[in-house]
Amino acid sequence: MNKKKSIFQLLTEKPWETDQIEADNDHQGRTVNITKQKLGLRTIMAASTVLFSLFIVAYSDRMLVNDWRNMPEPWLLWFNTGILVISSIVFHQATKYAEKEIFDKTKNCLFFIGFLAYSFLIGQLIVWYQLMGTGYYATSNVANAFFYLFTTIHGLHIIGGIYFWGKTTSKFIKRSLKKEDINNLIDICAVYWHFLLVVWLVLFGLMLSS
Amino acid sequence: MSDEQDHKLEAKSDYVADASSVSTPDIDSVPDAELPDQELYHSHSWWTTYVFSQDAKYIGIQYALTAIGTGLLGLVLSWLMRIQLAFPGLGWLEPSSYYQFVTMHGMIMVVYLLTALFLGGFGNLLIPLMCGARDMAFPYVNMLSYWAFVVAVLVLLASFFVPGGPTGAGWTLYPPQAITAGTPGYNGGIILMLISLILFVAGFTMGGLNYIITVLQLRARGMTLMRMPLTIWGIFTATVLAMFAFPALLVGCLMMTLDSLLGTSFFMPAMVSLGETLTHEGGSPILFQHLFWFFGHPEVYIVALPAFGIVSDLLSVHSRKTIFGYRMMVWAIVGIGALSFFVWAHHMYVSGMNPWFGFFFATTTLIIAVPTAIKVYNWILTLWRGNIQLSLPMLFSLGFIVTFLNGGLTGLFLGNVTVDVPLSDTYFVVAHFHMVMGIAPILVIFGAIYHWYPLITGRMMDETLGKIHFWITFLGSYAIYFPMHYQGFVGVPRRYFEIYDSPYIDTSTLLLNKFITIAVLIVGAAQLLFLYNLFASARLGKKSEKNPWKANSLEWQTPQMPPEHGNWGKELPKVYRWPYDFSVPGAKEDYIPQNQPPSEIIGAKVEKT
Repeated sequence: MNKKKSIFQLLTEKPWETDQIEADNDHQGRTVNITKQKLGLRTIMAASTVLFSLFIVAYSDRMLVNDWRNMPEPWLLWFNTGILVISSIVFHQATKYAEKEIFDKTKNCLFFIGFLAYSFLIGQLIVWYQLMGTGYYATSNVANAFFYLFTTIHGLHIIGGIYFWGKTTSKFIKRSLKKEDINNLIDICAVYWHFLLVVWLVLFGLMLSS
Repeated sequence: MSDEQDHKLEAKSDYVADASSVSTPDIDSVPDAELPDQELYHSHSWWTTYVFSQDAKYIGIQYALTAIGTGLLGLVLSWLMRIQLAFPGLGWLEPSSYYQFVTMHGMIMVVYLLTALFLGGFGNLLIPLMCGARDMAFPYVNMLSYWAFVVAVLVLLASFFVPGGPTGAGWTLYPPQAITAGTPGYNGGIILMLISLILFVAGFTMGGLNYIITVLQLRARGMTLMRMPLTIWGIFTATVLAMFAFPALLVGCLMMTLDSLLGTSFFMPAMVSLGETLTHEGGSPILFQHLFWFFGHPEVYIVALPAFGIVSDLLSVHSRKTIFGYRMMVWAIVGIGALSFFVWAHHMYVSGMNPWFGFFFATTTLIIAVPTAIKVYNWILTLWRGNIQLSLPMLFSLGFIVTFLNGGLTGLFLGNVTVDVPLSDTYFVVAHFHMVMGIAPILVIFGAIYHWYPLITGRMMDETLGKIHFWITFLGSYAIYFPMHYQGFVGVPRRYFEIYDSPYIDTSTLLLNKFITIAVLIVGAAQLLFLYNLFASARLGKKSEKNPWKANSLEWQTPQMPPEHGNWGKELPKVYRWPYDFSVPGAKEDYIPQNQPPSEIIGAKVEKT
């Protein structure tokens, strides 16, 4: 495979020079040595990061206006955060097992992750229900509105993750793919899970600290 | 010191070894493919071939036709507005319909025509073909992207039929007025507009993912990044910009939808509307402006960069000359892309922000003119002593250079705070952005369609009709927009549906308004000629030979023309050079295709650029 080059090295190549022509003819047509699914996930994560960063910027800007009233943090949010942390750890474990080809344990891990993901979503809905029960509506203060917005967008990301988790799990059980391919998919889902954990920690931290 | 010398010696001996190896017979050899060939989806029915197609070529054509269809509506809206402006006495339009047409015209042209046509249309058609891939990386996601776009367009059009009609907030959709009583479509049309934009962003993200991964990972063997045609560089960089810029639009749209539907106060300040105090408080309208323009300015380059890339290739092919300063062109594209995220607030000089903030953005705006100017110089130097063929693509490319230069120069005026303040919200601004972002990219689109039409249909478009179309469009757009610069200088404000008998407005502007409107009607009608040419030539056009323009890039080197499903027959192409080897001394033909093996062109000496 091609040697790893920085973006500056790539952009300063002189494609007309004899040495470069020789090297270029050997090029395999891939810029980075990872699968297209993995690079696709990274692209999506980059776009998502921009999305959440802009939400955070909007939050920080809006916070400065003096009508801002902080929201209480229900203990259930800590519990939900814990669920996310555990599911990330289990996913990490699942990738380990998949690599070692321990089929049963990987399968159990994957099922457990699905259970945790659904519990997280239900947990978030209960938080919503509790908050609305105590009068913290989206309309009553913009801080509440941001909370509902953040949890919704993060939840939608989780739902997207559950969709791909479902596809991966069913392919894993049916063994319809080669070992490298299915491990690649499990890896990708795991990375996405870690990403969503980090996003949630940042958002939760932001709401706690303000 | 001695190390360096050793290096030099080594390099020299390498060069000698290379030179001797040229005469050996295996100069064509490339290492075996390490990567497996792409598995393709093969359609089985009419529906999956032509409607829910997963072939990027078809998706590209679908995107292009949908975008052009929507763009025609935008064109008709501009006719209606111009008739109102020229003949206010007729009572042709209600003020509210005028605002609605302004808004829909702007949004349709910028997002649903230009963005969709350049990235969705040309991106899908050209990326796999020019990179030497069989299809996009994720064909199914690609299909979803197109259908999300269709739904977005339908939702947008649906807003014409809801009570209150489409939104009349201007294409920038500034709150609070966009969702406050008194603005047309403040409770129905605006919601559909926001939903449509959210769908567009979602659909685009799926498409953009495909463009990025395909360009980065699925190129043919030998196709390094610095051997890619500039068209691909332009589309690729624009896609990266879009992936970073569209989230800002998404955030703005989501929060405004909530403000409007739920009554939250993200952007809505405390205010009194029609004598009633609204429940909103504390929201920041400026925040929306920042979000909107953080998307809005890169959006200008999302449209411009593919145009830059395409025009570079058209100029090179039709003047039979290497593009001047290829690397500089790539750097300029990447540099403009990066800088475009640091200039957004030059759209907001009159929003009451800190003057130092304006100073910063004026500076960055002037800096971004540098790579842009480099590109213009390089286009002109490409033409210099070239064997210029005045074919239709060349005519449109030349028209683009002049128009882009014109619009770019007025941009330098507006980029300076002190000049912008009196000119802001006048027809000078309208003239500027139509020149630079409307006419210039559209000329490239026409050139590109005339250029790549044989690749799609296997037939040529009619030359005479094309020339009539070019001259009316080119001269006509100057007849429309030059007078607008003058109108802006004498202070005619934009977005006014009638000027009445204002003592502050010179009477000459009324006459000019009539003149502009007549030009608009003629230029618009000339587009019908183009449409006739576009559709009729598919059946009646002269059969095209293979590679009619004698171009080097891979899309013309497919075994069949038009290319079939999978593009490349049994074997993927191997690339031996960049696509700009025209008029090479010693070569038999005046062009050397990218995939022609070196053994077939022994004796040709490629000059350094």
